[in-house]
Amino acid sequence: MPHLIVAPILLPMLTAAMMLLLGEGRRPAKLVLGMSSALLGLAVAVTLLAWVQEYGVVAYLPGNWPAPFGIALAVDRLSAEMLVLTWVLGACALSFASVRWHRAGVHFHPLSQLQLMGLSGAFLTADVFNLFVFFEILLAASYGLLLHGSGRSRVRAGVHYVAINLAASSLFLIGASMIYGITGTLNMAELSARLSEGAVANRHLIDAGAAILAVAFLAKAAAWPLNFWLVPAYASATPPVAALFAVLTKVGIYALVRLWTLMFAGGPLAGFGADGLFVFGLVTAVLAALGMIASHRLASQAAWGVVVSAGTLLAALGFGEEAVLGGAVFYLVSSTLASSGFFLLVDLVERWRVGATVVDEAPFLSATLEAQEVNLDDEEEPLVALPFPASTALMALAFVACALLISGLPPLSTFVGKLGMLSAALAVREETGSVPTRAWLFVGGLLGSGLLVLIALTRTGIRTFWSEMQREPPRVRAAEGLPVVALLAACVALTLAAAPTMELARATAQSLYDRRGYTHAVLGARVRMPTPAPEAAR
Amino acid sequence: MEVVLAIAIGVLTGSGVWLLLRPRTFQLVVGLSLISYAVNLFIFSIGGLAIDKEPILVDGVPRDLVHYTDPVPQALVLTAIVISFAMTALLLVVILASRGMTGTDHVDGTEA
Repeated sequence: MPHLIVAPILLPMLTAAMMLLLGEGRRPAKLVLGMSSALLGLAVAVTLLAWVQEYGVVAYLPGNWPAPFGIALAVDRLSAEMLVLTWVLGACALSFASVRWHRAGVHFHPLSQLQLMGLSGAFLTADVFNLFVFFEILLAASYGLLLHGSGRSRVRAGVHYVAINLAASSLFLIGASMIYGITGTLNMAELSARLSEGAVANRHLIDAGAAILAVAFLAKAAAWPLNFWLVPAYASATPPVAALFAVLTKVGIYALVRLWTLMFAGGPLAGFGADGLFVFGLVTAVLAALGMIASHRLASQAAWGVVVSAGTLLAALGFGEEAVLGGAVFYLVSSTLASSGFFLLVDLVERWRVGATVVDEAPFLSATLEAQEVNLDDEEEPLVALPFPASTALMALAFVACALLISGLPPLSTFVGKLGMLSAALAVREETGSVPTRAWLFVGGLLGSGLLVLIALTRTGIRTFWSEMQREPPRVRAAEGLPVVALLAACVALTLAAAPTMELARATAQSLYDRRGYTHAVLGARVRMPTPAPEAAR
Repeated sequence: MEVVLAIAIGVLTGSGVWLLLRPRTFQLVVGLSLISYAVNLFIFSIGGLAIDKEPILVDGVPRDLVHYTDPVPQALVLTAIVISFAMTALLLVVILASRGMTGTDHVDGTEA
């Protein structure tokens, strides 16, 4: 049974290999393979989540070497939740792409599987250097996916995206090797154990190493001022790819949460960098909300929405309270689902606004090329999908839901997450019995950015759905509509089941702050099979 | 030896950062390569510099840390070299595509 931990990495890797063997074309076969891999991966992720609920942190030693020496994988509540989130987004993005976007270029399916593999690996690894390796795997796949569909704007954004991430990777290596040089370990659990042993030698070098590492993660998590690359890149990516990328910034957040709670949440180094994370997070959230007001394209607004949620999460992590982090975990899951759904919805809305036959800037997905594979209707127009009268209303409803979710207004799930964070922040008391200033800053920043986001999305909503009436009903296929509905329905379900899921989020934060659970599980993981004696091996 | 290595890392990083800030994509590639060399040297140096010490156990040499060099940075550097090599190749492909599509080798795709 513990072998299940390695399944979310091996499953997409083998699927991608099989897809490559299938060669160019054969898209239906690849689609079936990809969808079954995504659904199977989702099942595995849910099983792992149920499993850690029962047993706590579970560690796995793929190379069968004891923990500080060999490679270790570990799954705790946070990584299991992130896995479920990743695979939900993967399944929805694949379903959306199956209608036409996977035809816009080569190797969409293998790349998306490798992307899922890198994401799963980054969430599962218990080792800083393997975190780097899985970061590179997911980044390599994301470079390919970002350029999927080709076209000027994608390639131009791609150059910046690749260059920034390569520079951030160099910082990652410098930070990781500095920490190794001082502590003599790269295993996160061992690192946590060594840093909590009383006085730490070379404290300033550890701080410097951690800060360099944090800059790398913050660049990936889209914190201001390292987020200038994100909006052009995400807004020009094809919609299913952007929907999958919604979880990519959360990998940076995940790495920060994981390492920060293991290294600096307690012990002699407690609280290092918390103020920095808090300030940068709040500034990111407010500036991103302003960016959303300033942008007129729906896709850029969706991309700014990702930055808003990243900033909110960073501020919550920097606040440094267990209860605030609990609300943040809830907010993380629901805001990622909402951003991803919004990216997909934007594609439907844009296609409806400019007319179903005009396909966007993807040069290899023009209407004439597409017509070779699509049935033509009576007027020789490619039949992308049938008009459905109520679909305008459904689309508008979905837009309203997205606007509420991204701005964090009641009654949907991001509001529950925000409420959790804000009430926990206001429950903190200083020695004098008053609420600390940073709690008021937190409340002001979150509510202010929510208000700005609401203004921006209301304005585009009015312009999109009310101002022009001379339009045909949108043509939406079931495979495109369902993922949007599924992602938004997941947010509604999170709202309805707010009590148990909030309980789970609080338990997640609690287990993050209780570092001994993680340390014991990883360092105490026993080698499973007896190694044969040298004589017996011969 | 420490001084030579530190100067080498500093010169490589400085040149790399300067090239990274230049407007042409070719300078970008060279700059990122120089930075990755500097990072590799830095990782290599993190285990301590030593001459004539094995990273693996050898017969006849006492088994303590005084007589061996740290093998982990060497393993890390090997992985980092492979990854940075692959990523540079990927970046070159993207840059060639950008050159072909925008008609210029400026990193922003326009001469402005």
